[in-house]
Amino acid sequence: MWQFFHKLASPKFFYDFSSRLIFWLAIVTIILMASGLYMGLVEAPPDYQQKDSYRIMFIHVPAAWMSMFVYMVMAITGAINLIWRIKLADIISMSCAPLGASFTFLALVTGSIWGKPMWGTWWVWDARLTSELILLFLYLGYMALRASIEDKTNASRAAAVLALVGVVNIPIIHYSVEWWNTLHQGPTVTKFDKPSIHTSMLIPLLLMAFAFKTYFVSVLLVRTRTELLVREFRSSWARKELSK
Amino acid sequence: MNPKRKKRLIYVVLIVAGVGAAAALMVTAFQQNMMYFITPTEIAAGAVQQGRSIRLGGVVSEGSLRRENDGLTVHFKVTDNANEVPVRYKGILPDLFREGQGIIAIGKVTADNLFVADEVLAKHDENYMPPEVMEALEKSGAKSPHKPEAK
Amino acid sequence: MTFAEFIDMGGYGSYVWSSYGIALVVLVANVVIPLLSARKQKRELLGKLKRMENS
Repeated sequence: MWQFFHKLASPKFFYDFSSRLIFWLAIVTIILMASGLYMGLVEAPPDYQQKDSYRIMFIHVPAAWMSMFVYMVMAITGAINLIWRIKLADIISMSCAPLGASFTFLALVTGSIWGKPMWGTWWVWDARLTSELILLFLYLGYMALRASIEDKTNASRAAAVLALVGVVNIPIIHYSVEWWNTLHQGPTVTKFDKPSIHTSMLIPLLLMAFAFKTYFVSVLLVRTRTELLVREFRSSWARKELSK
Repeated sequence: MNPKRKKRLIYVVLIVAGVGAAAALMVTAFQQNMMYFITPTEIAAGAVQQGRSIRLGGVVSEGSLRRENDGLTVHFKVTDNANEVPVRYKGILPDLFREGQGIIAIGKVTADNLFVADEVLAKHDENYMPPEVMEALEKSGAKSPHKPEAK
Repeated sequence: MTFAEFIDMGGYGSYVWSSYGIALVVLVANVVIPLLSARKQKRELLGKLKRMENS
């Protein structure tokens, strides 16, 4: 087990291994997404209250979950880079930012489109929506910080500290609907007492959530591989890879 | 772990703990302002200044919805099961607006304790299910009934 | 269910399909951009290596 992780952290092994992983993850993503979309858009019945508009959920909820998940990956790999100075961790952290920003943007925009017919407004400054918007700014700030510092090592450390500081926002987003009176409803899937979503709607939601996860890992790996080549192009394995 | 890495680990833990504590303090301090809306009970208790724009949150009372002849102005009462506040609103209501629905109204309290709303937002619950299932649940008493259409 | 009903989404068609459309654009862009940049970077790095060897 540990040996595997050690090997994975070696750039050459990671480069070869991720190539095969991307291929399989792409296939899994397509299967999950196709079945999730079919079940969500065609098979699932309309909601008792929101009719067909609730189908925005199959994009909105996975995107919102991913916006927080990606941030945690970015912060944890940032911390690993700060403490152990593992180059690969820094590259992963860096590759997370644009993807996390995309998911956050998607969550905000689809939420807004959903909010207009149901709530009667595109946007309100309540705790859930505001904290999610702050998450978008954290991602953008992270990218701006990296771009503005010339020295790569300094940039990676400063960005990692920013990512760690922003971690406090994650529990705030998650619990905002429980701590304060907000317009956004409470959690549906992650509460434990009783299920409040029908199976016919829950299954496509979970399929889409898994599809977003595998999608994220595969595009993350593509970004990571490129950055790895850029940083290591003088080494013998990278030369061999480039002259292929 | 060598001492250098241990030191860095401690720095990281300190950053997270420090910022976390600061955020917790801020959240506690702003608790009141973070509340998106106030309840009918708070209005009944006189906690609200007249003429100041506020957000009122609660459930539309059963049987309280009345439309004026112009077809745009509606009157209804908002309750939190303890107190009721009469509301007047002129404009287009969200699709989810009906009796028994949780709503948020943005507006002012007038001298005769009427809440004049400029905007009405519907707050939906976190339940998602087909209509037949909801009906079955209501029949069995597992869920309190909702009004499908109040229009 | 007819196709027209499917597109209409009980009157919420414009909201539902615009959400899915934006999602499609964002998800596809996040695949295409890294792939294009990978190709461009590889070309540039290869050029760099060649120049290093020549000098």
